[in-house]
Amino acid sequence: MYIYNQYDQRAVDERVAQFRDQTRRFLAGELSNDEFMTLRLMNGLYVQLHAPMLRVAIPYGLLSSRQMRMLAHIARKYDKGYGHFTTRQNIQYNWPRIEDAPDILADLASVQMHAIQTSGNCIRNVTSDPLAGAAADEIEDPRPYCEIIRQWSTFHPEFAYLPRKFKIAVTGASHDRAATLVHDIGLRLVRNNSGEVGFQVLVGGGLGRTPILAQTIRPFIEKEHLLSYLEAILRIYNLHGRRDNKYKARIKILVQSLGIERFREKVEAEWHKIKDQMQLDAREIERVKAFFAPLPYAPGAGDDREILVKAGTDAAFNRWLKYNVADHKVKGYRVVFIALKATGTPPGDITDIQMDAVAELADRYSFGLIRATHDQNLVLTDVKHSDLYTLWQALAAQELATPCIGTLADMICCPGSDFCELANASSIDVALMVQQRFEQLDYLYDLGELRLKMSGCMNGCGHHDIGHIGILGVDKKGEHWYQFSLGGFALNEGRLGERLGRSVPKAEVANTLEKLMCVYVDKRVEGERFVDTFNRIGIEPFKERVYETNH
Amino acid sequence: MKQIIKQRRIVDDHWTLVAPETEISSLPSGDIIVPLRLWQTHRSTLEQRSGKLGVCLTGDDDLEAIAAEVTRFPVIALSFPVFRDGRVYSFARQLRQQYGYRGEIRAVGEVLRDQLLYMERVGFDAFEVHPRQNIESALAAFDELTVKYQASSDEPRPLYQRY
Repeated sequence: MYIYNQYDQRAVDERVAQFRDQTRRFLAGELSNDEFMTLRLMNGLYVQLHAPMLRVAIPYGLLSSRQMRMLAHIARKYDKGYGHFTTRQNIQYNWPRIEDAPDILADLASVQMHAIQTSGNCIRNVTSDPLAGAAADEIEDPRPYCEIIRQWSTFHPEFAYLPRKFKIAVTGASHDRAATLVHDIGLRLVRNNSGEVGFQVLVGGGLGRTPILAQTIRPFIEKEHLLSYLEAILRIYNLHGRRDNKYKARIKILVQSLGIERFREKVEAEWHKIKDQMQLDAREIERVKAFFAPLPYAPGAGDDREILVKAGTDAAFNRWLKYNVADHKVKGYRVVFIALKATGTPPGDITDIQMDAVAELADRYSFGLIRATHDQNLVLTDVKHSDLYTLWQALAAQELATPCIGTLADMICCPGSDFCELANASSIDVALMVQQRFEQLDYLYDLGELRLKMSGCMNGCGHHDIGHIGILGVDKKGEHWYQFSLGGFALNEGRLGERLGRSVPKAEVANTLEKLMCVYVDKRVEGERFVDTFNRIGIEPFKERVYETNH
Repeated sequence: MKQIIKQRRIVDDHWTLVAPETEISSLPSGDIIVPLRLWQTHRSTLEQRSGKLGVCLTGDDDLEAIAAEVTRFPVIALSFPVFRDGRVYSFARQLRQQYGYRGEIRAVGEVLRDQLLYMERVGFDAFEVHPRQNIESALAAFDELTVKYQASSDEPRPLYQRY
């Protein structure tokens, strides 16, 4: 992974000192609420319902075991002993004190971490494919480019006061696991006709109040022009994005109102003015790439017979292998998902003890590296096949081996109204109700791959619009109701979910899901996933079943 | 006389910033900075004045409007109606890097201590610090972050080319 040099370290150290002084001035009454708000947001600090919330950046989702131990330490020392992994590969703490924030940031800086630009109307933490470097379908590892973008965007003086937040995602694989279609800018490493690798650039995607899928602004840009092209897009957005209405301020609205052609014309005109001055050196790309060189895999590793025997005799282990373990590009290695979806635990939550345990297991079995995913799980990407059984036992002992990846029980959800002041409805308790209803593993597995995503309000942090089943919390005269949508996804192509009909009360959410599942089980043909059946039969049969008057 | 920060020093300032709604008939004497609209509608009158002339733009204005004649203004003021309106950061960069403007770029409006550093990086070199800020203590803001990863108006090369 990338290791800070003296400049990177100085950057985070100076930032801590700067924020410490800003916090001091705020507490002394020298900075207004409004002024401090802007500054604290750019350091990841929100003021939420019960307490401040601190969002820590995990650049492109990659963590070392040492960093994970520090996250555990922070949870223990400054919070209530847990943290929450988000749908943007970051971690949030729900109970820190404002006064402690500078100390927490100093602790983070001591392990090359920060909370810079994890909120505010600036360029946010860059996200990526959680399997980068380990997946077989990769054209090139996206992480070096993520790191280059991280550095370019950090303290970018021109783009700190954009009309609204700005999110960039990068993927290097032929299967998009970074949801580039729903980002302000999506970058896909692609090969052009002459075999050269560069980027397809997408722009104007996003969820929230007005969900829109991104469009291609440029099918191919050479690597040396990556940063100048990003800078041109950001400048056009900074100059022309709406500032009169925060719900219309995202770049997606600008792209929609101008149309992609006119938006492209403006960007290209700006880009031609700056592209020669700011070429990205091939040597710099090589320098950063060296940090992501292939790991020292054991030569000649292969699959272990004993593991195959265990799988044949231990049904629980076999289930875990089937659901939580994926193929690796190197023979004899596997990708292991650590599910943060144990029944009775909010999706994405993890205790300090579990964090320490994950760090320990990463050291022992996966080169000391851990990834966070958009689905609020963790991954050990580089595990030897022969270690799988002992790793499974250790994870199971920490309740981190729920064999549910990709199933309905692997649902993602935002913190909802239990923590977030934007939310209209709770999501965590609904997630727990769903987990309980679908606890029966055979039933869960019979339902196959199902992406269930829930948000507590239309800001859509739970990505409900791109769930095979999406659930959106709405407020009706102080009561929490839930609106379903079906058939959404965002992979290489994407589609926003179609609204099922009127919302249902909280007590009916699990029943409604069950009815949807009944229709699916009735109507599916061999091998069809829920979303495939939906595609084939449309929304009507689901509607009829959910809203039928005769039970 | 009012004081501003210019090139990181506190100096007396003799320029008068003319308010947006001011009529051409009621301009003050001396060196003045006029809104773009006034310059566009009363150019010849303004050119005949004895004092020096600067122009002031807000994010609503089109920077292209002065593209051909930036060098005739010793001062170009860029206005922050609120500190969060970031459009003129891009104006400052375009002025320095695309229009080749070498005169003074002055931040006016809600100009606060905690934004000075980035303003300087994009090309501002003079700051009419908002009256509610202490101008002396604001000077410290420029040195708070010394690592400049990316090229900007103050630094033509990204950090990796400067190791």
